[in-house]
Amino acid sequence: MLDAVQEFFRQLATDYPTWNFVFFYEDRQWDKVVSGLWMTIKLSVICVVFSVVIGIVGAAMQRARSRFIRGIVQAYIQFFRNTPPFVQLLFFYFALGAFTPTYSPDGWLEVPIISNVGWAIISLSFFAGAFNVEIFRAGVEAVPQSTQEASEALGFTRLQTFAYVVLPLALRVSIPSLNNNLVNLVKTTTQAFVIAVPELLYQSITIWNDFPSAQNPMMLVLFVSYLALVGILVLGMNKWERVMRIPGYGA
Amino acid sequence: MKTVLAATTALMTCFSAVSATAAECSNEAWNRVMERGSIIVGVKADYKPWGYRSTDGELVGMEIDMAKDVADKMGVELELVPVQSSNRMQFLEQGKIDLMIATMSDRADRREIVGIVGPNYYTSGTNLLAPKPLKLTDWEQLRDKPVCGKQGAFYNQIVEERYGAKIIAFAGNAEAKQALRDKKCIGFVYDDSSIMADLASGDWDEFEMPMKTEDDNPWALAVPKDERNCVFGRFMSGMQYNWHKDGTLVELEKKWGIQPTAYLAGQQDRFKDWLSK
Repeated sequence: MLDAVQEFFRQLATDYPTWNFVFFYEDRQWDKVVSGLWMTIKLSVICVVFSVVIGIVGAAMQRARSRFIRGIVQAYIQFFRNTPPFVQLLFFYFALGAFTPTYSPDGWLEVPIISNVGWAIISLSFFAGAFNVEIFRAGVEAVPQSTQEASEALGFTRLQTFAYVVLPLALRVSIPSLNNNLVNLVKTTTQAFVIAVPELLYQSITIWNDFPSAQNPMMLVLFVSYLALVGILVLGMNKWERVMRIPGYGA
Repeated sequence: MKTVLAATTALMTCFSAVSATAAECSNEAWNRVMERGSIIVGVKADYKPWGYRSTDGELVGMEIDMAKDVADKMGVELELVPVQSSNRMQFLEQGKIDLMIATMSDRADRREIVGIVGPNYYTSGTNLLAPKPLKLTDWEQLRDKPVCGKQGAFYNQIVEERYGAKIIAFAGNAEAKQALRDKKCIGFVYDDSSIMADLASGDWDEFEMPMKTEDDNPWALAVPKDERNCVFGRFMSGMQYNWHKDGTLVELEKKWGIQPTAYLAGQQDRFKDWLSK
């Protein structure tokens, strides 16, 4: 069966020279696709989690009494939301990377503690996190003042009010726009290519550089993979939205 | 039934018409250039001294000089479009450029995509730009070590498979070289001719080219694939033949400060006019 599949794609490549699905019959290229996809999945999952955490923490900090803390959050949002992620990646990896501690396995190499994958996670999480803060802020502002006053009257502290009353309600309002932003984040992981993070786009380009005839198939792989990844994310988010639904609230 | 038959026949004629013209020469790109009065040539903008930007932003270099000569001989204006290793063939395929002279190695699978015509105008091999303190001497020393590279170079895969180096391929030359300066890798695997030009520039005094050059591979310019055996392809063969014969390439090599290669000297000798002294 497997041989037949390989034979089919070999024949396809001879018949149609621009549709060489080389990864179906060459182990090394197959490994590249798999490792690229795995890296993309890891990058996506970690960045989604971190960016949501950053969003929640940021939204909480925006309610702080201290003007200084609110100022920091505002500065963070303006910087990360208003600059291109592509430039952020380059800047973090090359400019900031020069100031991080390094270790040297052979006396010359200076391997930074934060690898290019690490910088990609930091940069992309903070990029999407900046949007998430604003998304959660919108949710927080949708929670009626009277509800918060009611929780205060019950003796909740500010933090408790946020954690037990405001945030759970705000989350529900925020999910649709959060959904959008996370979809964007998953797609933005391709830009980690610029600092040589071996994710799916990097591996695809490597393959089509070695096999120019495989460019169309690799682009197809990219499309299918991202459709699947984003599809899974959206399905999950929709399910979460349904589970979280409170009858009568925000309908 | 009759209409189906008629339609099939019409379709068949259609297909046979297509295949008939495919075998002949439409000379589409050539005619387009002539009608437009200008030829669009894809060249490198980050590959000193073959194709790069001078301090005032102009595209200059050995290959740009060659492109100028092509435009002069065709009697048209020259338009330059900067291309990258990873998109140069697609630019030509899609007709965004008419001709590509962009430091491309002549590989069998590339001949399937674009119209490569001989004789090859240059050649280079794979070597490593490495820091002197490491005292590297042998390719085997790269095993399991991080080595910077550039997306689009065919030898990345070879160095990875043959010597087990861990290639970190960047999209551009500048990023790869910066990563080497930042000591993120123990060397930059690249064309020996380009490394020599870098070393000669004086910006890389702490670096050397320690390896034995491998996989010497001729370079090729390319026309659209359909026109390889038509006017355009034949014309470019003639251009290259004459560049070799009258020593243009050797002179350009000297002009741009490239270390003289035995290949060009040999080709000049091979194509020399038997009547000339």
